[in-house]
Amino acid sequence: MSETPATARSRMAAHAAGAGTVLAGVVLVEALIRAGVINGFVVPLPSAILAAFPRVIVEENVLHRFWQTTQEVMWAALLLAVFGVGLGALLYRYRLLRRACETWVAALAAAPIVLMYPLFLVIFGRSATTIVAIGFAAGLSAVILKTVEGLAGTRRVLLDVGRSFRLTPAQQFRMILLPSALPSIFVGLRLGLIFAMINIVGVEFLINFGGLGQLINDLAERYDLPATYAAIFFVVLVSVVFFVVTERLERWAQRSA
Amino acid sequence: MQPSVTVAAPAPASAAATPLLDVERVSKRFVTPEGPFTAIDDVSFTVAPGEFVSVIGPSGCGKSTLFNIIGGLVGDYEGRVRVAGTGITGTHAGIGMVFQEESTFPWRTVLENVAFPLELAGMQKEERLARARHFVSLVGLSGFERRHPAELSGGMRQRVSIARTLASEPAILLMDEPFAALDEQTRVILGDKVLQIQQQLKQTTLLITHNLTEAVQLSDRVLVMTYRPGRLKRIVDIELPHPRDSDVVGSERFGRYVAEIWHDLREEATRGLEADEAQARAAGPRS
Repeated sequence: MSETPATARSRMAAHAAGAGTVLAGVVLVEALIRAGVINGFVVPLPSAILAAFPRVIVEENVLHRFWQTTQEVMWAALLLAVFGVGLGALLYRYRLLRRACETWVAALAAAPIVLMYPLFLVIFGRSATTIVAIGFAAGLSAVILKTVEGLAGTRRVLLDVGRSFRLTPAQQFRMILLPSALPSIFVGLRLGLIFAMINIVGVEFLINFGGLGQLINDLAERYDLPATYAAIFFVVLVSVVFFVVTERLERWAQRSA
Repeated sequence: MQPSVTVAAPAPASAAATPLLDVERVSKRFVTPEGPFTAIDDVSFTVAPGEFVSVIGPSGCGKSTLFNIIGGLVGDYEGRVRVAGTGITGTHAGIGMVFQEESTFPWRTVLENVAFPLELAGMQKEERLARARHFVSLVGLSGFERRHPAELSGGMRQRVSIARTLASEPAILLMDEPFAALDEQTRVILGDKVLQIQQQLKQTTLLITHNLTEAVQLSDRVLVMTYRPGRLKRIVDIELPHPRDSDVVGSERFGRYVAEIWHDLREEATRGLEADEAQARAAGPRS
């Protein structure tokens, strides 16, 4: 669908309004801290956080840590896409399996998996594998459930169209079920990625290993709050990167369907 | 002049010596929690090449079951369905189906939707898009090729579905109330379009409908079905002149055909309403 000038203007205006709101929020927090309404020992000045960036980048090697965390999230995302969507498709295909497992999968979504990190440490050791495995386990149920929901929500008439054109089961899945379920699958992937990322940074923090989580742990223990917040900004950046990537992937997948 | 009416139930209605579609003594029974019931019973008719036949009946007479049986989407029935003399089980390449419910693929553009069967046939991209463009223009949607179904009206989406089915070049076009969700004016105008295409392609067509005007406007023959179990009650030959368009709706002969069919249909529709009321009464009030 091509974008009209009016739509482009409206999109630009929305972006400008978004950036303006963030800027206004930052200015407000700065003012409230300076006025003594917010305790400066708990929340550092936004200007101090901004000033801490060069230090975090040069002295704390944040770009390397950013890359480490990004890599872990990337691996977890890949595993989630392969196993989450695959298991979701299996549960959709075999009704008995779905009835047997769906409740357990839903229960897994609510389980505080991060608390099982000692078990993962025993299995995988103090390594990036443990971090990726916990991230994967935390995001898995969301991807499975949304995949099942998307596939099961495919309109009956579309499947009948496929049957009337004599599609094989594989063609029916690839050309009708999957494209129809894509929006729901991508919602699941985004949710799964959120859970995975929270857990990845959390476990890095807990086991003091790896990327941004470990850095936040170090900086917090030094009570270097401006630098801690600057490091948290990079965690947000990882999240933004993955959201942009999944959005692009979704558009590409829709076009290719 | 009185319309010519052929009473031909329950014997098979012979349309020609070599029918393209032959439905022979088809019955379908379902088992429900309330007990077994017969949806359609001993239905036989034929459709000749190039003929436009409509099946009309009240709601619940088994029209859609018949559509699904002929299309091969429902199995386990009694009787036989033959296409060009060959008995079929399951879906058949010679039968193209257009469904009552909106059935375009929302993730594909108009052109990609219409090109779908050509893609399945393994046609090269350029060739299939050119061919799809021809069918898009046939249903009067030139200029909308790059739009997605969400950007079109209900009538336009149904035309995309019809173009997609026509693109597979089926021997028989099977349509189940394709305009049921549209307003009356759009329905009449789209009926014109379908008739024009049918005459241009000499497309053998079987239309399932509950709309009297539509059935008489489009058909060479109208098969009237009874309320549950669905049986063939009457076959009416529509001898209105060809080429035909929606102007025919205002003619006296058209009115006589409609009155003739309505006479039979009213009896069945009343029976259907009474049966529904009796069922609702038996079910009692909701607690």
